[in-house]
Amino acid sequence: MPDSDTLAFNDRPADSVGLVTPHIAKFDTPLSLACGKVLPEYELIYETYGTLNAERSNAVLICHALSGHHHAAGYHSADDRKPGWWDAHIGPGKSIDTNLFFVVSLNNLGGCHGSTGPVSHNPETGRQWGPEFPMVTVSDWVASQARLADRLGIDRWAAAVGGSLGGMQVLQWTITYPERVANAIVIAATPRLSAQNIAFNEVARHAIRSDPEFFDGWYVEHATVPKRGLKLARMVGHITYLSEDAMGSKFGRDLRSEDLNFGFDVEFQVESYLRYQGDTFSTAFDANTYLLMTKALDYFDPAAAHSGDLASALAPAQCPFLIVSFTTDWRFPPSRSRELVDALTRAGKSVSYANIDSPHGHDAFLLPEPRYHALFSAFMGRVAHELAIHKTGGEETQ
Amino acid sequence: MMRADLELIYDWVPQGAHVLDLACGDGALLERLAQEKNVTGYGLEIDPKGITQCVARGVNVIEHNLDDGLGSFCDNSYDQVIMTQALQALRRPDKMLDEMLRVAEEGIITFPNFAYWRHRIHLGLRGYMPVSKSLPHAWYDTPNIHLSTFNDFEHLCREKGLVIVDRAVGVGEHRGHWTSKWWPNLFGEIAIFRVRRR
Repeated sequence: MPDSDTLAFNDRPADSVGLVTPHIAKFDTPLSLACGKVLPEYELIYETYGTLNAERSNAVLICHALSGHHHAAGYHSADDRKPGWWDAHIGPGKSIDTNLFFVVSLNNLGGCHGSTGPVSHNPETGRQWGPEFPMVTVSDWVASQARLADRLGIDRWAAAVGGSLGGMQVLQWTITYPERVANAIVIAATPRLSAQNIAFNEVARHAIRSDPEFFDGWYVEHATVPKRGLKLARMVGHITYLSEDAMGSKFGRDLRSEDLNFGFDVEFQVESYLRYQGDTFSTAFDANTYLLMTKALDYFDPAAAHSGDLASALAPAQCPFLIVSFTTDWRFPPSRSRELVDALTRAGKSVSYANIDSPHGHDAFLLPEPRYHALFSAFMGRVAHELAIHKTGGEETQ
Repeated sequence: MMRADLELIYDWVPQGAHVLDLACGDGALLERLAQEKNVTGYGLEIDPKGITQCVARGVNVIEHNLDDGLGSFCDNSYDQVIMTQALQALRRPDKMLDEMLRVAEEGIITFPNFAYWRHRIHLGLRGYMPVSKSLPHAWYDTPNIHLSTFNDFEHLCREKGLVIVDRAVGVGEHRGHWTSKWWPNLFGEIAIFRVRRR
């Protein structure tokens, strides 16, 4: 994460949502999943920022990406070294202005940050779910998010917003619950993974599953963690999140010490960075969750049920779309967003599209950038305008 | 208040039409057409500022380089394709004209008329490349790589066998003076054409 996104609580700027506390919603209505299995009961952890208006019309749903979670903005404690993962875009006066909107951000089913997932207790077996946690798809997530919306009394999102895998959830919302989404923002996403995307995911999964500490997913019962596999998976993934230029300008061929030492220890700065990223991730993320999330990515393909015709898959959608891509993103490159845009125009939907010039590759969707900010804010400004919420100078509804 | 050429185009777009506006700028035309004539469609634009202004107005805008053609738009999928003040900046204006009339039956095109009398004085008498309100750039930094005249365009349309439904000129902020009606190639600063496939 770049420095601009790592302001500690004490140094936080005025446009931070400040301290936030996650909530847990328990559901005991069984959820039928796409894989054919049924989740008898589950919990979703979520956070909210801003205030829900009396009409309950100003709610914005944030959908997270592969390794994301519910903590999108603000701080959990004054000791936090970093704010939530999308703090650059959520807060008072930011693109998603918490003075105007009530923001809901949750951890998806199968996650490892507090929602029911592989690390949760399976009431049927008395064991941890572990590798027996059912495969969840983007559609399943959207169904569970709709139940959370019901719980919060939100009939219709003023906007559903997501980057990468989060963008896919937004797309699915517009197809499954078109009447419940007033606006959709799909950032750095794709209507389906390419063979290359799936290939990278498979390398990541193979790294995890071939780690001797994986124990077919029962590593917790063996009191261990497949750290090496997770680390390798993250290292591979991380390469695909950055652009060649970003890596080049960040690290170049810089060495850690003055001379070459003709060995296999870390010599180049980029090696050190990747190992650090991998190490951090391997102790913070659950391996079974990582496997599930990558499969959810692979399976997502709304056009499949329409003989590959994305325009007819998107036919049910009713809301205006904003589609955003980044020039140096080679994981989900601009051409993939354009596919989506072309399908939407063919289907006669309301859509705007911008391809933001950024050196940061796929990760650009997480970062602040003036044009990105201006565009995002302009669209959200329209959303607010439609709701007839008008900014009154300096008024804080926090 | 819209640009003079946009005012004229506004009248030429039928109620409820589905249009593509190539190089839509800040979206002013599409916004008015949507509000007052129930027109739907999309603007294509390459300038980031214009794109953000369109989004702020609630105008559908797609970031698109016109030199890449209109390949992503199907045949006959729009009623009209409008292109204002962009023809002269394209790599192949003739191919764009084909593209426009593949996507829609009718096209509206505006461009600066290089044969405008002021332009002629610049070049013919003073010996310099014209600089004017409609051609504000110096020769070395101009985006206008295919300048043409009112007559040139008519000639191209004839060659392509297109029907010229309407033609007009604008001068400065106003619609053409009577002189420009009689001698558009000399007195028209902005050329405005409405063409159809035969």
